[in-house]
Amino acid sequence: MTAHDAHDHHGHDHEEASELSETELRVRAIQTILVEKGYTDAAAVDAIVEAYETKIGPHIGARIVARAWTDPEFRQALLTDASKAAAPFGYQGKIGDHLVVVENTPKRHNMVVCTLCSCYPWDVLGLPPVWYKSFAYRSRAVKEPRAVLAEFGVTVPSDTAIHVWDSTAEVRYMVLPERPSGTEGWTEEQLAALVTRDSMVGTDVLRVRGNIPA
Amino acid sequence: MTAIDPARRALRANPGLPADSDGPVFAAPWEAQAFAMALALHEKGVFDWAEWASMLGETIKAAQAAGDPDTGDTYYRHWLTTLERMLTEKEVSTPADLTACRNAWERAAARTPHGQPIELRTEDFKA
Repeated sequence: MTAHDAHDHHGHDHEEASELSETELRVRAIQTILVEKGYTDAAAVDAIVEAYETKIGPHIGARIVARAWTDPEFRQALLTDASKAAAPFGYQGKIGDHLVVVENTPKRHNMVVCTLCSCYPWDVLGLPPVWYKSFAYRSRAVKEPRAVLAEFGVTVPSDTAIHVWDSTAEVRYMVLPERPSGTEGWTEEQLAALVTRDSMVGTDVLRVRGNIPA
Repeated sequence: MTAIDPARRALRANPGLPADSDGPVFAAPWEAQAFAMALALHEKGVFDWAEWASMLGETIKAAQAAGDPDTGDTYYRHWLTTLERMLTEKEVSTPADLTACRNAWERAAARTPHGQPIELRTEDFKA
């Protein structure tokens, strides 16, 4: 985790300047002092944080997707106003403002990038994966999405349009992947277990693998 | 990952830490950073976990006496306060220095456009 990542997921919408929450300010103050005095270095703290990458954030995206697949009314509400519709799933009943959910269909595949930095809906998906923050992904996703997807092992049919969404301070995108065939009659829990993080960023296409999850 | 074993020891000493079967879980990145810094200080021998647990317990008690709702969501806020108290107690820093540095970060954030890394400059320390 760099200083950069920590700030860009937080509420500074409608503003040009960055903003850090009170707790973030205090955390940074402590880290600065510890580094200055030689008690630790930034890399050591980053290494610990990275070790927990998958353990940070609520990881509620999969449950939101599963609900959208099974409840048409919720799906519609989610596509209309995701922050509001998904709020009951969020930490203390809240989701950051300006979450937008874009739906994959046979005609359109959506993919999310932040070309500027690494804006990411961490309050639904947890911390961004390292590749999302990489210069290679940020610079290539818009220009050659099919080539990038191929590197993820994803082939999108040539008659399916690819739409790449560039996240900003104002808007964080999440992809609603297509529900795979062969999942008819599955419970929401079974469906949620099928949904990968990458599928909600648009770099994975879901299919049923092996047995029905318990 | 080498960070895991010290984390297990931290978890044993602090049974209130939000965790799943694999170890600690965090609601936000700053929580993991606060956790990581306590781990780093402990590794440097600044405090032992018994001391930490006792100070954290006092911090939580004081917060509850002051009306903390104790829903579990505030655990890392107490952790952060404990970290600040421990730095003062062990004379690593002072409340005045911590506040000055916090204010400097606030100024740094305010002058940094969105999307760019927020970095401290000397001028941020001048009020």
